[in-house]
Amino acid sequence: MRGDRIFGLVMLVLALGYVLSATTIRSSFMSDPVGPRVFPYMVGGVTMLCALMMMLRPDPDVEWPLGKTLLNLTVALAALIAYALMIKPLGFILPTIIVSGILSYQISPRPQIAALTGVGLGIGLFVLFKFILGLGLKGLPPALMG
Amino acid sequence: MELFDNLALGFSIALTPYTLMLALIGCFVGTIIGALPGLGPSNGVALLIPISFSMGFDAISALVLLTSVYYGAMYGGRISSILLNIPGDEPAMMTTLDGYPMAKQGKAGDALVISGVASFVGALLATIGLMLMAPWLARVAFKFGPAEYFALYMLAFCTLGGVGSNNQAKSAMAACMGLGIAMIGLDQTTNMPRFTFGNMHLFDGIDFLVAIVGLFAVAEVFHFIETHGKNSAIGVKLGKVRIPWALLNQTKGAMLRGSGIGFVAGILPGAGASLGSFLAYMGEKAVAKDKETFGKGNPRGVAAPEAGNNAAAGGALIPMLTLGVPGSGTTAVLLALLLTLNITPGPLLFTERPDVVWSLIAALLIANFMLLILNVPMVKVFVKILMVPSYILLPGVTMIAFVGIYSLTGSSFDMLLMVAFGVLGYICRKIDIPTVPIILGILLGNAMEDNLRRAMILSDGDWLYLLSSPIAIGLWIAAVLGFIAPIFLRQFLKKPPLPTMDGD
Repeated sequence: MRGDRIFGLVMLVLALGYVLSATTIRSSFMSDPVGPRVFPYMVGGVTMLCALMMMLRPDPDVEWPLGKTLLNLTVALAALIAYALMIKPLGFILPTIIVSGILSYQISPRPQIAALTGVGLGIGLFVLFKFILGLGLKGLPPALMG
Repeated sequence: MELFDNLALGFSIALTPYTLMLALIGCFVGTIIGALPGLGPSNGVALLIPISFSMGFDAISALVLLTSVYYGAMYGGRISSILLNIPGDEPAMMTTLDGYPMAKQGKAGDALVISGVASFVGALLATIGLMLMAPWLARVAFKFGPAEYFALYMLAFCTLGGVGSNNQAKSAMAACMGLGIAMIGLDQTTNMPRFTFGNMHLFDGIDFLVAIVGLFAVAEVFHFIETHGKNSAIGVKLGKVRIPWALLNQTKGAMLRGSGIGFVAGILPGAGASLGSFLAYMGEKAVAKDKETFGKGNPRGVAAPEAGNNAAAGGALIPMLTLGVPGSGTTAVLLALLLTLNITPGPLLFTERPDVVWSLIAALLIANFMLLILNVPMVKVFVKILMVPSYILLPGVTMIAFVGIYSLTGSSFDMLLMVAFGVLGYICRKIDIPTVPIILGILLGNAMEDNLRRAMILSDGDWLYLLSSPIAIGLWIAAVLGFIAPIFLRQFLKKPPLPTMDGD
């Protein structure tokens, strides 16, 4: 119940913002009968209708993660965001060791095995991608390599 | 015979050692992807598209490699269904119903062989069907104008929403989310930016591969972290694998019926392999004399859904190749592959690039025989791979997702966007919003709008033009029916529950 209502409300607001934002799209001299705004209006309109349906007739609620699971998920999310930001300045190997170690620890909380998994994946995947598949990855921090 | 000329062309390309090697690698990797729980055909192929693109394959090689992965994943899904009672992918769910009970009775080897042969029969018949039907449908598709294409896209979204989900409002909303995201970037007709908010990264629009990998693969990571431990699987021992000729003979009817049902389900837009295997199982149960043994290890309950899901996988390629409209999540991913390779599916593909179409079909025929060998005599190899612990598998899959997107676009922004799509996918899965319509919306949004606008140019702004031809009217009627009818049919088509883990 609550999950559907909240999601419906968020989507309603987003769709409203979407339609408002669509009103500012400029047409150009090469115009057609429909123009660049009508289709976004249609999409936004249907979304609002569906959002209202979700709020008025919500499905039975699901179990949301609480406590430790929620913390785990937040840590995983933070690790992935950090990974996306780190891989460019720090190269592939080091961030991969750290982040896959963290994810591994979250699934099976044994520090040594998680560390081994991280090191193994960091080096193993680098060898796979760089030397076997030939992708243009930088293994070490580009700043160190000059 | 035109067909044989075309096939000869296809085999002349597909039978080179290099292409054969790619098909074999694809089949092998695909079977592993299918067998690993949590990795199915759609997220497996999605993970591999950016990587194979970065490796610089030409169109035919990439297509052969990844469609072999697709077929392979369809075969592989049954392995974990039977041994672990966890479907390796969604279409393999029905196989657990009788496959796991068979395995518990010590007949795991028999179940694996029967389902492998059933996969082969289904996939082979569907590939032959594809070969015969696709050129014919491509000729029909030449009659399609913008009004018909717009109606066809509506049909795809409506049936996908109606058949594939439990709540029409939610699936329609998912489609709109995808369509709305597709609008981001420069408008193709006027070249004016839309919804970019001055952000340079958004001028080219959101790359559909980023969205697909995020929604399918990264979302799976969050889902796994949340649920791990709750359904820990106790594997069933696999003894010596023999070929049970008597059982194969006994189930051949089930395989043929399952193939037929699955093939038809696969061609329908929005249905796909999950529905194919579901209907094949229910159909087989309906005609069986010994209904009560279904769900308790009846070999026909293994053969029918496996033939059904593989036949549907082949059938689903027909609308994707001839009309450019995918029927399921996996074919949506294959459409993404074609678009990445700059191949526009549709009737013109058959006349302008017959080499692509026919080498693909030839490669699929060859891949089927390779898969039969990989999946029956060599099945034990894959059972070993299945034992990779999840604390290595899951971080590995995540890193592969990042590497794919990173080597494709080289930007941190796209990786962050991928994580955001992962969160969206996780939330959607929690509240039962299907993610396939989102992807379909992102893939088809621009083409759908473009066809609407071209239709309006042709008619000078008269909206009734959308209903001006019999084909268009037929498609609209089918769309409305496909969206509404499942509300009434749902109570008759309840999914049977999975067999429970405990109890012995």
